[in-house]
Amino acid sequence: MQNLDTLEREALARIVAAADEAALDVARVELLGKKGAISDILKSLGAMSPDERKAQGPIINGLRDRVTAAIADRKSTLGDAALQTKLASEKLDVTLSMRPESVGRIHPVTQILDEAIAIFADMGFAIAEGPDIELDDYNFTKLNIPPEHPARQMHDTFYLKPKPDGVRHLLRTHTSPVQVRTMMAQKPPIRIIVPGRVYRLDSDQTHTPMFHQIEGLVIDESSHMGHLKWILEEFCRALFEVPKVEMRLRPSHFPFTEPSAEVDIRCDRSGSEIKLGQGNDWLEILGCGMVHPKVIEMCGHDPAKYQGFAWGMGLDRLAMLKYGAPDLRAFFDADLRWLKHYGFAPLDVPSLAGGLSR
Amino acid sequence: MKFTLSWLKDHLDTDASVEKIADVLTDIGLEVESVHDKAKDLAPFTVAYVVSAEKHPNADKLRVCIVDTGTEKLQVVCGAPNARTGMKGVFARSGTVIPATGLELKKSSIRGVESNGMLCSEREMGLSQEHDGIIELPADAPIGTPFAEVMGLQDPLIEIKLTPNRPDCTGVRGIARDLSATNLGRLKPEQPIKINARFNNPVQIGLRFDDVAKNACPVFAGRLIRGVKNGPSPTWLQQRLKAVGLRPISALVDITNLISLDRARPLHVYDADKLKGEIHARMASLSEKLLALDGKTYALDAEMCVIADDSGVLGLGGVMGGESTGVSESTVNVFIESAYFDPIRTARTGRTLGINSDARYRFERGVDPEYVTGGLDLATKLVMDMCGGEPSDVTVAGRAPDTKREITFDPALVEKLCGVKMHQAEAMSILDRLGFRAAIGTRVSVPSWRPDVHGPADLVEEVVRIYGLDKVPSIPLPTLTSVPLPVLTPMQKRVRSAKRTLAARGMSEAITWSFISQAQAKLFGGVAEALLVANPISADLDAMRPSVLPGLLAAIQRNVARGQKDVSLFEVGPQFTGAEPGEQLTAASGIRIGAGPRHWSKQAWPIDVYQSKADVLAVIDGCGLATDAAQITTDAPAWYHPGRSGVLRLGPKTVLAYFGELHPGILKAFDLMGPVTAFEVMLESLPAQKAKATKAKPRLDLSEYQAVERDFAFLVQAKISAAEIIKAAMSADKALIETVTVFDVYEGQGIEPGHKSLAISVRLQPRDRTLTEAEIEMVSSKIVGNVVKACGGTLRS
Repeated sequence: MQNLDTLEREALARIVAAADEAALDVARVELLGKKGAISDILKSLGAMSPDERKAQGPIINGLRDRVTAAIADRKSTLGDAALQTKLASEKLDVTLSMRPESVGRIHPVTQILDEAIAIFADMGFAIAEGPDIELDDYNFTKLNIPPEHPARQMHDTFYLKPKPDGVRHLLRTHTSPVQVRTMMAQKPPIRIIVPGRVYRLDSDQTHTPMFHQIEGLVIDESSHMGHLKWILEEFCRALFEVPKVEMRLRPSHFPFTEPSAEVDIRCDRSGSEIKLGQGNDWLEILGCGMVHPKVIEMCGHDPAKYQGFAWGMGLDRLAMLKYGAPDLRAFFDADLRWLKHYGFAPLDVPSLAGGLSR
Repeated sequence: MKFTLSWLKDHLDTDASVEKIADVLTDIGLEVESVHDKAKDLAPFTVAYVVSAEKHPNADKLRVCIVDTGTEKLQVVCGAPNARTGMKGVFARSGTVIPATGLELKKSSIRGVESNGMLCSEREMGLSQEHDGIIELPADAPIGTPFAEVMGLQDPLIEIKLTPNRPDCTGVRGIARDLSATNLGRLKPEQPIKINARFNNPVQIGLRFDDVAKNACPVFAGRLIRGVKNGPSPTWLQQRLKAVGLRPISALVDITNLISLDRARPLHVYDADKLKGEIHARMASLSEKLLALDGKTYALDAEMCVIADDSGVLGLGGVMGGESTGVSESTVNVFIESAYFDPIRTARTGRTLGINSDARYRFERGVDPEYVTGGLDLATKLVMDMCGGEPSDVTVAGRAPDTKREITFDPALVEKLCGVKMHQAEAMSILDRLGFRAAIGTRVSVPSWRPDVHGPADLVEEVVRIYGLDKVPSIPLPTLTSVPLPVLTPMQKRVRSAKRTLAARGMSEAITWSFISQAQAKLFGGVAEALLVANPISADLDAMRPSVLPGLLAAIQRNVARGQKDVSLFEVGPQFTGAEPGEQLTAASGIRIGAGPRHWSKQAWPIDVYQSKADVLAVIDGCGLATDAAQITTDAPAWYHPGRSGVLRLGPKTVLAYFGELHPGILKAFDLMGPVTAFEVMLESLPAQKAKATKAKPRLDLSEYQAVERDFAFLVQAKISAAEIIKAAMSADKALIETVTVFDVYEGQGIEPGHKSLAISVRLQPRDRTLTEAEIEMVSSKIVGNVVKACGGTLRS
């Protein structure tokens, strides 16, 4: 038995000392292979008497099992070490930059329009649109702007070359011709907002020959300036995402509304940014009024029965105000640096439920 | 429109502060642009006595003055040539902010001599451009008193932004009347003027118009004042005019300016001795010229109304007088004109000639036709007060236009239109204070100075603006449904999806002008004459764009010029095929340039026709539409690379989109280096989404049998398209074949020139059983057969 103990001690020492899987395998073959030392002893069991076998069997099998387990154990250890070495050699510099991806942006005018639509849609307004090239009649005459009005002059309004029949189209100077088109096409009640491009012969620090307006129109039998005021207050509060806005209506004059008003909101201009809803300054943001009875009549409805109101504002200006973009001209320059800075992520779709902006 | 507080108080009896008055003005629609209180601005500037003025020891042109400020004596270095011992000037102590420069005056040492302040010129005070010397004050000016007080500058100046409908408020009295309607003060009664004519007006006045033009000047009144002595007007008048920015000229001219500003009644004075024959109003003729009072000569046209005599044109009616008959210091006999000029014509004349005069400002808005002789009498009285002389009677040619009108007005309309509850008597009382003659339940007559008021809505505006728009309550608009219905039209939804889809694909949204240059338009198919702008803002923005691409290309070019290498821009916006409604289409267009930033991974962004094709398909997919039925043809417009572009069509007529690399000629025109890819999706052309009864998606049909993939490589002529091979393969068994994809295309070594190898992978998806090897073999040989039959070529072994 002394023999077996020695054999086991030597075998286990050899297994533990195996430096790699190849050495371990050589040891396994020499111990447990067909002609291995332990295999030979196992074979000797067959030549023993039953009693002897009964006594020696468990001892020899135990030896075999322990050596087998030691080999498996060593193999696992060696495998782990090999994997560790392999992984160590696969190290990458994770501080390197990721592969570039092009990041797209939504223009602030689109974003603020989607915000405005979210608010007005909630109030039950449809979105009406019309052509950029308009008839003189719809842009001016039916809006009660007389032929001699300064706005109709060539230095204010873009005209297209006259057609062979002498008719001269123009680039709409406001989105209001869509009011005309809507009123002529449908019966009240009407609740629309109209966004779109408008054009005026103006180009300086704060004016561009093309810009965006959004206007609203409500025509029914009873809507009045009180409703208008509520709509504008709610709109501004929601759009600018402030707890409240203080609004001031100032009497003004537009040919297509009577009475007419300009709307200011309270703000604070003392810092570098305009803060809305606080401070001691007023900021003019839009013009509005009750639709002139002549306009209602010229668009085919009875002004004794129908009344309503309209308002209009600069979409670009709203974006400038809310998001602090200082220069209107930059809105149309498509400078990638500007778009990345003032633009919006494509998935930032404004909703009333989630808040209009992040 | 500018006026001072004291001027206003000539007409309005009020104790209100200037701040209160300014607030009320804005509240009633006479928006205050600014209030300048010079007394406040100039408070630190006081009267000082120059005790001594000695030459500076180190500078010839400087003087060292000892100045007595009333509380102390200070040393000041002064560069003005008129600084001298014994004079009184305007002193600013160190620390004062100088109005003209906005800079704080610092205690300093000038060439080694200490200076503790400054003696000021008019320019430094922001009073005028005068800078030849320091201000010299009268010897009796009390030392230490504020300069503004001494100069009578303590009168706050108010400037209002007047809307074009209010000619009455181009005069201070009209503004006072509006304010009185709010009960801020009482409108002072007019002092009746009685002029005793001493002789018959010898000056003949005529109106020489044909029927077409007779409204140009329907009435012309005038009077001669004999034996006047013209000279500088009194100090109060000069100060009043100066305060609102007018230069005093002489008493006769200053009087007309005063009445223009005070009563919104422009007048004109002539040196009667320079008049020849009948003075008359008529239309100018095309060849006539006028040397006007501004020293410029104007070429007239037949649409302009002029005042003339036998010598020719004397002045532009309602716009500006002429040099030839103007009054001067030596004028003895003065003829005063008070006429009514048609607003439209006056505006046109002023616009055509580029003249913005105080007269035009008033006549083009519409002066009070009932105040023609009233204004003349007021002027006569002032002339006699200031210049003496004796007046003739008044000659009136023509008649003032009759503007009398009445409006039926129900005060309940105020609440109906504005939601404001107010007593009817209150409403009528406001109208009364504004000069409307009114009685409850009856008709309201409109005063002659309010040409803007025509209907009941106008009266509502008058009442509400005086009563206070702040009293309009905020009332929720009744909702039509409890949960609002969707409002976007299918087209609006497409625009929205297209934008967000393209942005999600890494492109940034640009908004570029709807107009481009004709030259650029020509590169993109050109535009019809009807799409040219007659009066473009600049010559390179004179055509309505036939495509969004040129504007985007210009934007790309600007970005590249700024050093950007990789630019991907899109725009969803209008483009025009004609000038009529319906000829404006909405395109979702985009351009990509640049292979991506330099990166250690060496991976580049693909910039080729396939990228632009992917953009197109993404837009269409984003709009919720399938592209299965669309075909691709290779006949893209001329601005695309002829061999690397495509057209996505639905049937032979409907173009859904163009895509591909741009033509090198286009890149050259925009100074760009390729490759550049572009696409244009015509959003209106996309088919309408089919209306469905429910929102349920079709049942998902998943097969439980294993799919089989088989690969085939064909040797075909190079011109054979992938689509043809796919179509042929697909036709082998449309039910069984799920997809056919191209996984390899090869031309070059080992392949006969003019040919290519194209390898496809076909996926077979049985529905009811597992395929046997024999079945697969049968389909495979059919695929090969179909492809070879349709496209020629051979199966590559």
